[in-house]
Amino acid sequence: MELLLTYDVSTIDPPGRNRLRRVAKLCEGYGMRVQKSVFEIVCSDADLLVLLDKVQRIIDHDQDSIRIYRVPKGSLRDVKTLGTAAPLPHDDALIL
Amino acid sequence: MNSLVDSDPQPKVPGMTELLNTLYVQTQGASLFLEGDSIRIVIPEHTGRNIVPLRRIQEIVAFGNVNVSNPLLTRCAADARSVTWMSAGGRFLNRLDGPTRGNVLLRHAQHLHHANARATLETARGFVAGKLQNSRQILLKGARDAQRGQDEIRAKAENIAEAIIAIPEAGDLDVLRGIEGEASRRYFEGFRFLLRRDLDVGAFPSRIRRPPTDPINALLSFFYGLTRSIAQGAAEQVGLDPYIGFLHGLRPAKPALALDLMEELRAPIADRLALTLLNRRQLTAEHFETLPGGAVQLTEPGRTIALTAWREAMTKERPHRLHGRRIPTALLPAVQARILARHIRGELPDYMPWMI
Repeated sequence: MELLLTYDVSTIDPPGRNRLRRVAKLCEGYGMRVQKSVFEIVCSDADLLVLLDKVQRIIDHDQDSIRIYRVPKGSLRDVKTLGTAAPLPHDDALIL
Repeated sequence: MNSLVDSDPQPKVPGMTELLNTLYVQTQGASLFLEGDSIRIVIPEHTGRNIVPLRRIQEIVAFGNVNVSNPLLTRCAADARSVTWMSAGGRFLNRLDGPTRGNVLLRHAQHLHHANARATLETARGFVAGKLQNSRQILLKGARDAQRGQDEIRAKAENIAEAIIAIPEAGDLDVLRGIEGEASRRYFEGFRFLLRRDLDVGAFPSRIRRPPTDPINALLSFFYGLTRSIAQGAAEQVGLDPYIGFLHGLRPAKPALALDLMEELRAPIADRLALTLLNRRQLTAEHFETLPGGAVQLTEPGRTIALTAWREAMTKERPHRLHGRRIPTALLPAVQARILARHIRGELPDYMPWMI
């Protein structure tokens, strides 16, 4: 499935900044960062369950906000970009 | 939030997903590190974070001077994610494999497939069909630009077309090899006319190998060597035994499967590139030398030109019908080796050669 994950983690205090870093690290293991707090994720149902569980353990439920949108298959490939944004090769061989 | 987790509306397509999740690193001097559940790629003179989730990577293939950190290697081994090192030119060097890979099962299936004469013949037909079809296309496309002998070239292409029709009727491997050999001879008779007339490298007598005794054959042999190495690397990378082939017979130290896999690539990749370099006069007589004994080979500057052109050709993307998208030439053998593996495992009824 293809997901769009956005997060808003409160950074007014050091524990908040710590949570922000942990959320970012976690997301990097699941998808590609497309903007500072936006990730495009391609994963399986099982991966999503694990991700949701891990995120819930990290965030402060009173201060932080996570939104996960499930987008139709192929959306991440068809994305329209402007400026410095570039589509990411989620399904292609990654050649560096 | 759990509403996100339901059965996927789209049916799970048993597609060629393996290739999609391969990380190819060919930037020289790149380093790969483990960072949490992702790979951090550091490329000199390239700022910015380059992070790829490990979850999306089934395999890492590193060409040439690429460093992989020990923690990442350990993690890859633990997750049964293979790491393959190739030389910058695409020669197979070595490979780290996880403990739970099914390679032994694939290899076992390959041996069983080979032991079945009928299955071997069917698979070999695929290789010959791909080779002949691609050879024919190179002739037909070349005929449009040829300065001379267009009728002869088209006649040879017609001979090959007849040979293609005979492939399904070949009752055993020897007949099939006979069809292939005859068509191959016709192809090189046509190939001669694709070369410009006023080249200083001499005429192309016919295909001569071991050793090539004229510049054109020397160049073909050089590119066939490179093609073979990427085909062999692809077989190793996918976990097939490169020495158990179907069209080519088994002989000690003969990578029969690599030779099978390269058949369909010879004309469109190696021959086409040789033609281009010669016809554009990027390679001329001065780039070849004759050794005592009569063998002809590229000089060092000549080799540099040929290799530079090769590397460039390897990055060119070519359409792949089965995948429905374009694939860099360097990856074609790996894609085909995977298709072959699926065929050997019984997931695909036939081996589908790559056709231009």
